[in-house]
Amino acid sequence: MDFSFIMITVAALAVTGLVAAVILYFVSQKFKVFEDPRIGEVESVLPGANCGGCGFPGCHGMACALVAADDLGSLSCPVGGQAVMAQVATILGKEAVAAAPKVAVVRCNGTCEARPKTLEYDGAKSCAILAANFGGETNCSYGCLGCGDCVGACQFGAIRMNATTGLPEVDDEKCVACGACVKACPKSIIELRNKGPKSRRLFVSCVNKDKGAVAMKACKNACIGCGKCVKECQFDAIKVENNVAYIDFMKCRLCRKCSAVCPTHAIHETNFPPRPAASPDVKAAEAAAPAQTANA
Amino acid sequence: MKTFKIGGIHPNDMKLSAGSTIREMAVPAEVKIPVSQHIGAPAQAVVAVGDTVKVGQLIAQATGFVSANIHSSVSGKVKKIEEFVDANGYKKMGIIIATEGDEWLESIDRTDAIRREVTMEPAEIIKRIQEMGIVGMGGATFPAHVKLSVPPGKKCETLIINAVECEPYLTSDHRLMLEHGEEVLIGVKILMHALGVAKAYVGIENNKPDAIDNLKRLAASFEGIEVVPLKLRYPQGGEKQLIDAITGRQVPSGKLPIDVGAVVQNVGTVFAIYEAVQKNKPLIERIVCVTGKPLREPSNFMVRIGTPVTALIDAAGGMPEDCGKVIGGGPMMGRPFTRLDVPVVKGTSGITLMSIEDSKRREASNCIRCAKCVNVCPMGLEPYLMSTLAKLGRYDDLREAHVMDCIECGCCIFTCPSNRPILDYVRAGKAKVGAQLRAEAAAHKAAAEAAKAKEAEGK
Repeated sequence: MDFSFIMITVAALAVTGLVAAVILYFVSQKFKVFEDPRIGEVESVLPGANCGGCGFPGCHGMACALVAADDLGSLSCPVGGQAVMAQVATILGKEAVAAAPKVAVVRCNGTCEARPKTLEYDGAKSCAILAANFGGETNCSYGCLGCGDCVGACQFGAIRMNATTGLPEVDDEKCVACGACVKACPKSIIELRNKGPKSRRLFVSCVNKDKGAVAMKACKNACIGCGKCVKECQFDAIKVENNVAYIDFMKCRLCRKCSAVCPTHAIHETNFPPRPAASPDVKAAEAAAPAQTANA
Repeated sequence: MKTFKIGGIHPNDMKLSAGSTIREMAVPAEVKIPVSQHIGAPAQAVVAVGDTVKVGQLIAQATGFVSANIHSSVSGKVKKIEEFVDANGYKKMGIIIATEGDEWLESIDRTDAIRREVTMEPAEIIKRIQEMGIVGMGGATFPAHVKLSVPPGKKCETLIINAVECEPYLTSDHRLMLEHGEEVLIGVKILMHALGVAKAYVGIENNKPDAIDNLKRLAASFEGIEVVPLKLRYPQGGEKQLIDAITGRQVPSGKLPIDVGAVVQNVGTVFAIYEAVQKNKPLIERIVCVTGKPLREPSNFMVRIGTPVTALIDAAGGMPEDCGKVIGGGPMMGRPFTRLDVPVVKGTSGITLMSIEDSKRREASNCIRCAKCVNVCPMGLEPYLMSTLAKLGRYDDLREAHVMDCIECGCCIFTCPSNRPILDYVRAGKAKVGAQLRAEAAAHKAAAEAAKAKEAEGK
């Protein structure tokens, strides 16, 4: 084969390549889409779980919102928590606002023992389907259905079903409060609440809106809306609406007086030390309580 | 013999109570009447606690066009107006009346005489049907006057009477045609007059030869009514399947029967319409078939709305020991009762008791892609695919797969060799997609209105 033939081929290809490169350069300049380089940086420090817990479609959406925001106060990555938000703040040169860490709590205490089954469901194992068909296997049409839609929704392995109680349990350490379980629960039993100091918190573990007698008949552990806790609370943190009590975690001072008087033990205490048995301590706590109010 | 073209199954028809004549049920001591017994907006109570009511008196007024009036089925005092637990275990608003005597409104004709002449104008007939609270008695409980009010621009060419009763076990329509055949045909005549059509077909499956013979004999003296025997096949009683079987026309996806010029009414509804128009009687009682293998005396009863289900089971020989499930309706499309202290409502076409053995679902295993569900689906859908999409929450794909066309007949579950709960998932997915579509339609409407308002402002 002729040497010049190879040379012509190489030259022709080189010229074509050059022309194409020039065209591509100008086209790319013309149709350039500007993206703030900080978006990429912020996205790289976000966890990348794309859980949607922040309310944005994935971590990229959150990064765009963070860069665009004037104030980081309203935005928070529930998975990364304070550490990640601090990093984001440094990249953006803004101040991170400390958000109170939250955790998912299951507001149903209708264990197999307390809430007897009145019928058996043998359809597809899904709370959503069960709830669409009927009120549940017990006489309580508000409580946990026990099919584990929340377990399936959790991307962090923080929820598991307790075989003895038939209720889901949340692992405080693993829960990032992304809210996926809240959305998955068709009965709206799961709620995100402030984790509280030393993970101590109080909540009413029931959402049954039936009248007291009906609720009690269906489940021994149900909130009967008697209002004893409301009278006991000195911080105006508890309200009874539709026959069920609710503790406002922003107002609750964790004095635990409400749980002591609850006749059905529907108010749950988490991670508290064992309650002192003698009554003088309760009096002491009462004496301390007004002081706390004064501080506030 | 005629039948529909796509899919379908042939379950054992088990018409145990076909030979039992309709018995009048005793008036109960107390009735619970829910204010929402129909598809559409719940009715609004117009009586107060302590009021005395007569049989046939209006106790709850329809709210809107797609809604239905509710009338008292007994005479007595209104005891409570409160929420009580319904057959699904959820609370529903209702009126509880304590019975005293059996005093009817004077305007209701209670004689047995058959009134043959139709004197009313079409508009009057439809208005009367609306006033009397007539809903689809086959189980869907869609207000009857809505179907009869043909929207402008559309024309009804044929009236089809659904006397198929393809659901296994149930026999209430069968008995109705044997014992009240003439009234039914007068009812058909009333509907033909109201719709302005010259031709009506009564579709009956061939497992009821006596009903076919009876109606054929009677229809000879009625002009334009043809009795069409149909080949036994489930779900022939589905509206779209029946239109296909009788006229050969197929209702397109997302369209209504009126789009192919047909109006379908159930035979029970037709009887209720006869009573409403000719006898001025509101929908206060219905025929309920109480049946099932474990039951001692499977029977058909004429029951006042609001009668407790337990009373019916007692009248049919008492609750058997070997009972695993009590179903409202038939075994294919019915829903199991979660409790028995619930009342009979306008849509209770039957009560089926299943033995413990029959009521158990067999254990589900993996899908083997045999496509049996695809072959039997009367809507030509792919149930195996839809159930998987619903399980995965891929609702956009589910919409593409035409989930909204599913009639929830249960053929897919019936035929599945792996006993998969296909319909459970499809139904859940359909509910989700339906909600999405409604939200989109509402947003669309709001946007259109906003644009209109802006335009008006500009002018």
